[in-house]
Amino acid sequence: MNTAGGAGESGVGADEMLAMLEQMTFIRRFEEEVQASFQRGEVPGTTHLCIGHEAIPVGLAAALGPDDVIATTYRGHGHVLARGADPAAVAAELTGRAMGLNGGRGGSMNLTDFAHGIIGSFGIIGGSMAAATGAGLSFRGTGRVAVATFGDGCANHGYFFECLNFAAVFRLPVLFICEHNLYGEYTPWEQVTAGADIAARARVFGIDATLVDGMDVRAVHRHAAAAVARLRTGEGPVFLECRTYRFVGHSRSDPATYRPPGELEEWQRRDPLIVARDALHDAGVPESVTGEAEGTARERVRQAFATALASPFPEPAVTR
Amino acid sequence: MTEFRAAIRQALIDELTADPSVLVFGEDVAAAGGVFTVTKGLQEQFGSTRVFDTPISELAITGAAFGAAVTGSRPVIEIMFGDFMALAMDSLINQAAKWRWVSNGQTAVPLVVRTTVGAGARFGPVHCQIPGTWMQNIPGLKVVCPSNPADAYGMLRAAIRDDDPVVFMEHKRLYLDEGELTDAPVELGTARVVRRGGDVTIVSVMKGVGDALVAAEALATQDGIEAEVIDLRSFRPLDVATVVASVEATGRLLCVEEGARTGGWAAGLIGQVAADALGSLDDVAILCTPDHPVPFSPPLEDAALPGPEDIRAMVRERLGGA
Ligand SMILES: Cc1ncc(C[n+]2csc(CCOP(=O)(O)OP(=O)(O)O)c2C)c(N)n1
Ligand SMILES: [Mg+2]
Repeated sequence: MNTAGGAGESGVGADEMLAMLEQMTFIRRFEEEVQASFQRGEVPGTTHLCIGHEAIPVGLAAALGPDDVIATTYRGHGHVLARGADPAAVAAELTGRAMGLNGGRGGSMNLTDFAHGIIGSFGIIGGSMAAATGAGLSFRGTGRVAVATFGDGCANHGYFFECLNFAAVFRLPVLFICEHNLYGEYTPWEQVTAGADIAARARVFGIDATLVDGMDVRAVHRHAAAAVARLRTGEGPVFLECRTYRFVGHSRSDPATYRPPGELEEWQRRDPLIVARDALHDAGVPESVTGEAEGTARERVRQAFATALASPFPEPAVTR
Repeated sequence: MTEFRAAIRQALIDELTADPSVLVFGEDVAAAGGVFTVTKGLQEQFGSTRVFDTPISELAITGAAFGAAVTGSRPVIEIMFGDFMALAMDSLINQAAKWRWVSNGQTAVPLVVRTTVGAGARFGPVHCQIPGTWMQNIPGLKVVCPSNPADAYGMLRAAIRDDDPVVFMEHKRLYLDEGELTDAPVELGTARVVRRGGDVTIVSVMKGVGDALVAAEALATQDGIEAEVIDLRSFRPLDVATVVASVEATGRLLCVEEGARTGGWAAGLIGQVAADALGSLDDVAILCTPDHPVPFSPPLEDAALPGPEDIRAMVRERLGGA
């Protein structure tokens, strides 16, 4: 666990913090380009963006080692990028190209890259929890960690309860990360979810569960790093409920009219990019330095999409 | 003219109006009106006691529909995508389908599961499957699938009035098709001959019916082949008799299935036709999807799905350019 001082109480050093800001900025610009490409018709089907969630994939990825794995969801582009998948191959998958992570077979909802410890993005709610639970079985006694990410909506699914219990009774090294963004599709979470928080549900299984500020990459990183350290000793699953907000609609062109007025703006004031930038400035890092993240991110995104779009579609080989 | 999805909405409105025991619930069906806006406005019209949003809990939704159905309600639930039927199936298969029979007739199980199925929208391998065949082997279930707005309207009304559990599949590429609605009742489990022809029988369902009709027109005008086209309309009950009657005249049967060959409805139908009318058969063929999940990438997905040109080509090939 990183204990170097520099960027405030979090225990994250300024260099590491700067790297995380760069990653978050990159994911933000990448997702914006996905949306723009979708509107231009270059990304077919549907997409679910993680704009607003960036602190979670970035804070988490910084706490994981190369042998750890993650199972994420259709809203997992950020996790896939943060774990180090080739951005051009991600863009290529979203645009259905042969060089895509899945050869164009899976698309946005199924990004998979075993070489970078991404055992799958799951389009079925709850699928990620089960996959990580099973990975936890394989990893018993090895020090390796399996992570599941999922939304608040998943907390009402059978998978949720069954997997938490399963992981708890077998003391599996699984980190469960709930990305709680207040909505499941168009439905506010409190309309369909009993109880005050989701972490409490994990606690009834004896699982160590914490509510985390999912807009602050320092907080996510700190809790994830502590959880991973604990998981490596074989102490059984950990649950983090990261409170966050998606700044865009659920998918495609959802205008998100179900939100109360002002809610988005309130959360945008705690935009994870702003929170990180402010922390760096407070720690004495000049704006000239934090500002560089922007240009780097845009250039990486431009290259990724240019490479993807210039690459060929897969050749169908149909045998009926 | 009414859109397919509006026809479904109209059937729900009519049945909610006619029978106060009808309930409509599912994920994002009420306030938002469904991801394909099929159920838009129903909650405003009928209130949140009868039309409501549920948690993301497919098993509980379906299981609760069963419990409600055996205690005086007539639930119409939505499973957002047919692929998620896998999560609902225990309740359907092990409870809903069995209870009338296992209770020795003490109860009916009047529930309907509406679900969106079918590929072609670039939604990838887990938002495109047609789960009808998964449940075709279960006595006690009805599994139906309209191909046009009139049938969507008539069959959904019949499904809601039916005393047995009905899975009602809606192909997402039909939602914007238009047609006239009628009040003519539709008997669930009956196929419909949609085009007459004496040279070959083409059987399909949902989107495949329109494709078969397009192919049949091309075959007639350009190849001199007259195809009879049958819309099966139902996976279970399976109207083998209508197909047999057609095949007795044409001698040739082509089934066009958006799904895999092994375990598909086409293979099962052909088996039953052979069992009943082997002597009438000169040729049988299946045009289906390849033996892998439906891919996301547009050229891959397009190649995987049978379309009018594939149907025409197969008929020409099998008939030797007759
Ligand atoms: C089993 C299952 N049911 C329903 C869906 C349709 N669906 C996709 S995303 C979604 C909302 C999920 O909300 P949440 O878990 O909070 O994640 P978020 O999208 O907010 O990140 C729903 C209902 C699905 N993909 N899988
Ligand atoms: Mg959510």
